[in-house]
Amino acid sequence: MTDRRDIRLTINGRVHAACAAPRMTLVDFIRDELGLTGTHIGCEHGVCGACSVIFDGKPIRSCLMFAVQADGHAITTVEGLEGADGTLSPLQDSFWEAHAMQCGYCTPGMLIAAHALLAENLDPTEDDIREAISGNLCRCTGYQQIVEAVVHAARRRKGG
Amino acid sequence: MDGHAPHGSNYRYVARKRRTKEDKRFITGRGRYVADVSVPGMKHVAVIASPHAAARIAAIRTAKALAVPGVVAVVTGADIVAATNPMQHGLDIPGVRWYALAVDRARYAGEWVAAVVADSRYVAEDAAELIEVDYEPLPFVIDPEAAFQPGSPPVHPDHKSNVLFQRRFVYGDVDGDFRRADHTLSFRVRWGRSSTVPIETFGVLARWDEGRDVLDVWASIQMPKFHDQLAGCLRLGGNNVRVHYDVDVGGSYGTKRGIAHSVLVGFLARKLRTPVRFIEDRLEYMAGGGAHGPDRIFDMEVAFNRDGRVLSHRMRALDDVGCYPGRSPLQLGKPIGAIVGPYKIGSCAYEAISVTTNKTSQVAVRGFGQAPTNVAIETAMDRVAGFLGIDRLEVRRRNFIAKGEFPYLIPSGTTYDSGDYPTVLDKTVALSRWPELLAKRDALRAEGRLAGIGIATCLEPSGGNSAFEPLFNPLNDTTTWMESCQIKIDLGGTITAIIATSTSGQGHETLVATVIGEELERDPDTIRVVHSDSLGAFPSNSPVGSRMAIMLGGAASGAARQIRASLTRIAAHNFNVPEDRLEYESGAITNRNNTAQKLAWDDLVRIAHRKYHLMPPGSEPGLQATYCWEVPTGGKMPTPDGRVQMYPCFSFEAHVPLVAIDPASGKVDILAYFVGHDCGTVISPDIVRGITCGGIAHGIGAALYEKFEYDANGQLLAGTFADYLMPSAHEVPAIAVTEHCTPSPHTPMGQKGSGEAGYLGAPAAIASAVNDALAPLGLAITTLPMRLKDIEALLAAKSGPKP
Repeated sequence: MTDRRDIRLTINGRVHAACAAPRMTLVDFIRDELGLTGTHIGCEHGVCGACSVIFDGKPIRSCLMFAVQADGHAITTVEGLEGADGTLSPLQDSFWEAHAMQCGYCTPGMLIAAHALLAENLDPTEDDIREAISGNLCRCTGYQQIVEAVVHAARRRKGG
Repeated sequence: MDGHAPHGSNYRYVARKRRTKEDKRFITGRGRYVADVSVPGMKHVAVIASPHAAARIAAIRTAKALAVPGVVAVVTGADIVAATNPMQHGLDIPGVRWYALAVDRARYAGEWVAAVVADSRYVAEDAAELIEVDYEPLPFVIDPEAAFQPGSPPVHPDHKSNVLFQRRFVYGDVDGDFRRADHTLSFRVRWGRSSTVPIETFGVLARWDEGRDVLDVWASIQMPKFHDQLAGCLRLGGNNVRVHYDVDVGGSYGTKRGIAHSVLVGFLARKLRTPVRFIEDRLEYMAGGGAHGPDRIFDMEVAFNRDGRVLSHRMRALDDVGCYPGRSPLQLGKPIGAIVGPYKIGSCAYEAISVTTNKTSQVAVRGFGQAPTNVAIETAMDRVAGFLGIDRLEVRRRNFIAKGEFPYLIPSGTTYDSGDYPTVLDKTVALSRWPELLAKRDALRAEGRLAGIGIATCLEPSGGNSAFEPLFNPLNDTTTWMESCQIKIDLGGTITAIIATSTSGQGHETLVATVIGEELERDPDTIRVVHSDSLGAFPSNSPVGSRMAIMLGGAASGAARQIRASLTRIAAHNFNVPEDRLEYESGAITNRNNTAQKLAWDDLVRIAHRKYHLMPPGSEPGLQATYCWEVPTGGKMPTPDGRVQMYPCFSFEAHVPLVAIDPASGKVDILAYFVGHDCGTVISPDIVRGITCGGIAHGIGAALYEKFEYDANGQLLAGTFADYLMPSAHEVPAIAVTEHCTPSPHTPMGQKGSGEAGYLGAPAAIASAVNDALAPLGLAITTLPMRLKDIEALLAAKSGPKP
């Protein structure tokens, strides 16, 4: 761990210059070095999706990547979904309205997956939504209210 | 508790859609889970695990690990056994000693043998790889039926056999009923080793506060009496341990009981005088953490008449609790309180057998043993229907306890509080558009597919008496199972409630705020709910046994009613009128006979806090209340023949799924899912619906996918999410729920429990549907999970070798 590399990356719109050991995973870097603990660790082998972040516009598993590989790239975490003044995004607000969670542990990853879907699909069907979140495991909800929340968010956006 | 509020829809806040109090922090990434808690100087733990199912530990060499820069310490079982007391079991089994690390002998593959403490988890794992252990492999036993046999390799040589508990309970004239019955049938049901497997693993952080002699503990915990047991194991007074309950728990469903991890970390924090954290990785959780669920073989005999009425059953349940049982054998005890399901079965015999094997330990899992038992009971109803050629719905209707028969005493000594099973089933059937559902199934069959409709009508015992403790352990005479809530109103008039437990997604803050808001007619959004720590807390038994709507909700009602009584006394004193002349409205109190006499909420609060000259003489100043109450129907010991009031309240659920099976691959698709649910008064509709749907998803997993499979060498084959398959949004269909309300007479608002909803019926319903699909081929399957490969093998055996 003595060998550390300088990296620069943009997180939630802010440029961070930092130092990371080559073997440090991106999720550990985000959580432990930057203190952004909204991104969670569930399996560390890329299946559960709890560590999902937006990486250059696409959702990825931050447990499957090293921090040094993110050098020069742009990342959005759950903390970056709300407005600068703390206003909830329509998607976040829909998750609250639909009670699309219980323990909240998978929620940041679910929000990231749904956020990525809505960024490229203006009018997702329920099947599209299930497909988009199918790489994110939730043990509490049975997904019902999560699907409803994303439907709600898409409808809100269409309506206004 | 007396003074029941009226049932029904007269509530302001209860039973109405409201946003939860917890969700905002979760959607903004501001939850605070144990891995998010960081204290200065914190060190990190990695463990090494036994590769053998059983082995003598001849030597452990740690010098190389200790030489790694950044390593603070390496500890083994010898250090643990010298400084800690063994952890508790639910049974009286002194020969089974359980410590945080293996002592001299490893008893399952995955058992933790040594722990490294270092500056980072990365360094700790580097060093762990350098620890050298000399193992001498020993004989082991993996199969529970083999473990039951005398002479099987002993898991715990100081215990007389691998049988930890065996008792046969006979309730009523079972042999007579079997003689008198027109027919009998028998079958075996196998419930596979699965668990709740939260997305967050278990984690714990401990810091020894030298100046105060207090061990601060932050843990992802859901466990009754955790801090008492932790203090005892660490040889500390209870008031030397402060468990912080304001840690968000990332899912538990019964299983977050890392007492071994906590003893280890607490021991290390004191010994090293530095904060120490251990967050399990996924493999540590799956293989070592002791969080597996029931693993059970049911042998059932059923006696019934030609009209479909079931007279009696004999159930033998052999459960494999793995290595260190803890409370898990008691999961054979809870189902005694609902051993005949929702049916008028007049007698039954139940033999409960708990065996230990060289596997990861079993722990409490959602339903505490009731979900597997419900599969056995529901399979019996389907088998009776099939044998007699009577419709499966009709058989259930003929056996249901009728609405007018409550309170209803079942043969095992438990009285069901209330219910309306026929109506809930009728509503579910109506929701499913039954004739269309049948037509859809039959159309699929006509296309050459295998299709089936499942039916399960199951009970959710709720409220959590501990009556299985004295029933299974003669040395344990616990009959108290209380819960507390404190409320204080500050000078500004805002309300704060204090609860004594952590939460793992059940929405206790919303529950308590809603109940208090209802009782005091104040907006729940303005009520703050605080999770105490164990030093500030009043007694709690944590959220187990679907008990918090009942017990925490009841405690919140009780405390709020005390506040309301205090306000009323103040107003009566100031108006100089009897209390029965007063009208309470949204926190203000008016003299009904003279409406000019009115004190607003703020006025009353100021009198309580600042104007003792306006207080009734002898009053306690301020405005605060504490309510601790015993579980309704609690406080009774079992009879010598094993009859007992197990739980107070009984929720009910009827499930109707439609499945189709691909005849080529054996893949099961769930095409539709309908459920009717009755948990009395629903306090928070979104929460109850979410838990019900989540429980169904979990039940789908237990029925079709999830298994902690071991090979013949005792190696766990499902240590990752690639091998242990949990349902994704593809496997869980849209679920339609209809709620029905049969209030409980035991609770302030008529509420019953719902924390285990869905899970208690879904496995039985899916099993029923799969068997309905296979029935036209003359096939049946009663082993859960019914995995793709299992069904494929069944179909292949039927059709013969493929050309």
